[in-house]
Amino acid sequence: MLEIRIHGRGGQGNVVAAYLLASAAIDGGRYAQAFPAFGAERRGAPVAAFVRIDEQPIRRRCQVREPSFLIVQDPALLEVPGTLAGLQAHGTILVDGAEAKIDDSGDNEIITMPATRLAMEHIGRPVPNTALLAAFITLTELMPLSALLDALAERFKGPVLENNQKLVEAAAATVEAGRWREVANGVSA
Amino acid sequence: MALALEGSQALARTIALCRPQVVAAYPITPQTHIVEGIAKLVADGKLDCEMVSVESEHSAASVALGAAVAGSRAYTASASQGILLMAEVLFDIAGLRVPLVMTCANRALSGPLNIWNDQQDSMAVRDAGWIQLYCATNQEAIDTTVQAFRIAERCELPVMVCVDGFTLTHTLEPLDLPSAEQVDGFLPAYRFHHGLDPADPRSLGTLVAPEHFSEVRHAHHQALMRAQTEIEQADHEWAAVVGRHCGGLLEVRGDAGARLGILTLGSVLGTLEDAMDNDPSLPRARFIKLRSYRPFPAQALRKACEGLDTLIVLERALSPGAGGIVGPEVQTALIEMEAPPRVHNFAAGLGGRDLTLDLYKSLVDAVLGEKRRHGFAIIDVDTTLLPEADR
Repeated sequence: MLEIRIHGRGGQGNVVAAYLLASAAIDGGRYAQAFPAFGAERRGAPVAAFVRIDEQPIRRRCQVREPSFLIVQDPALLEVPGTLAGLQAHGTILVDGAEAKIDDSGDNEIITMPATRLAMEHIGRPVPNTALLAAFITLTELMPLSALLDALAERFKGPVLENNQKLVEAAAATVEAGRWREVANGVSA
Repeated sequence: MALALEGSQALARTIALCRPQVVAAYPITPQTHIVEGIAKLVADGKLDCEMVSVESEHSAASVALGAAVAGSRAYTASASQGILLMAEVLFDIAGLRVPLVMTCANRALSGPLNIWNDQQDSMAVRDAGWIQLYCATNQEAIDTTVQAFRIAERCELPVMVCVDGFTLTHTLEPLDLPSAEQVDGFLPAYRFHHGLDPADPRSLGTLVAPEHFSEVRHAHHQALMRAQTEIEQADHEWAAVVGRHCGGLLEVRGDAGARLGILTLGSVLGTLEDAMDNDPSLPRARFIKLRSYRPFPAQALRKACEGLDTLIVLERALSPGAGGIVGPEVQTALIEMEAPPRVHNFAAGLGGRDLTLDLYKSLVDAVLGEKRRHGFAIIDVDTTLLPEADR
């Protein structure tokens, strides 16, 4: 079972990101589960959402405590206690930031990509979730990028959908395809 | 084909498939997405239904009551404080034996304020005279909701479908929705035969004097007890339609030969099952999923407990000053067994505290370990956070 935890701030589309990722996995024929850890939701407050993906039906409904991947929508959250808690030894971190970079100096590789900047360019809103998902799917090759585009097409249409599609392509181009394939395969096998 | 759906969205679509003619609701977390979803289906012209936005839960239940008595298939939903505000009307609905269905998106009660999941709200109206069915998964919530209309209408009793807030309502997962044909075939058009009709005027709910009140209560109690048959039959017949069943009154799972049993209500079951299966070094358990809490299936429960030495009753609420709510009822039911298991009673996961995989081991340790506990306890309480006197 693959377990992913998404950290962000209220208003950044954490839950939507979790739902999109799980939907894309389910539409691809796998089992998946996504749910939020609701706090007192308000814009700006640290929030988390969870995704599980498996080949078998998923029975557990506890929060994800030992994820293989963290997706972090605001780099400042890396300093907030709890964000890195339980990340597996082989786990990796994808984070929004000013520019694309790879930090493999620590135990867990951290890849930064400019999700908010790309979102501003393509959809005119500082919402990093879709760009981060596109990068995450590209890094892990958990599913074809088209699965994310299909999941987006279920939620949006017209110019909004077209802009999101361009955003997905731009975001995917900022990271190395398949770089985290082994991490993803290692835990889902 | 399984669709990727949030539990609440799936429930909204399921309720629409049941073709309610009147839905009255007041939004409250974590029920909101359900009634929002229904309102959108009505606004989009996909459901021909009168959606009544009311000013309170008391009114939501009152409108649903009135609509059902006037001959409509009616539905409402609430949670937590909303259930409490409805309480007066919930007793009326049941006492008048009015068939309608509501979803309780289970949530803790104030105070202190807490928006998260436990089951104190539906337990608070345990004695209202409603049928209460608890769902372990979102798929069960879908299938139970369809069955609930059939049960309500055949028994002429209201049915509360209890769905853990957030844990189920806000979880997206692959879910099978029945087709309109399947639901239509299962739920034929219905007219409440005690309903109000200008062509045949009568009164409902008027003063009942001491000469008859006990008989009214007795008949209501008997009707609920009889409903056990209909609950099992509805599940059986729906399974013939969709190929899935929810366990009838209760379902025995896990290791049938185990001497240790764990009884649960609601969505914690899957986590416990995973925890047991993931660690072969842990003692095995037979799980009893109590689906029908009202009516309370004492006979089925005794059968499910045969061969057990120890039974843990795990609940998501408590009766402060006494202990558990479900536990003592289970113990009473099991007294009639020749060799009843020793019953241990714990609450856990109050106010949304995460029910982790470790819960299984802490339950097992609490009843089989050297530090065996006696009496009721909130098993995941952290007493170090409390002043000495409260530990």
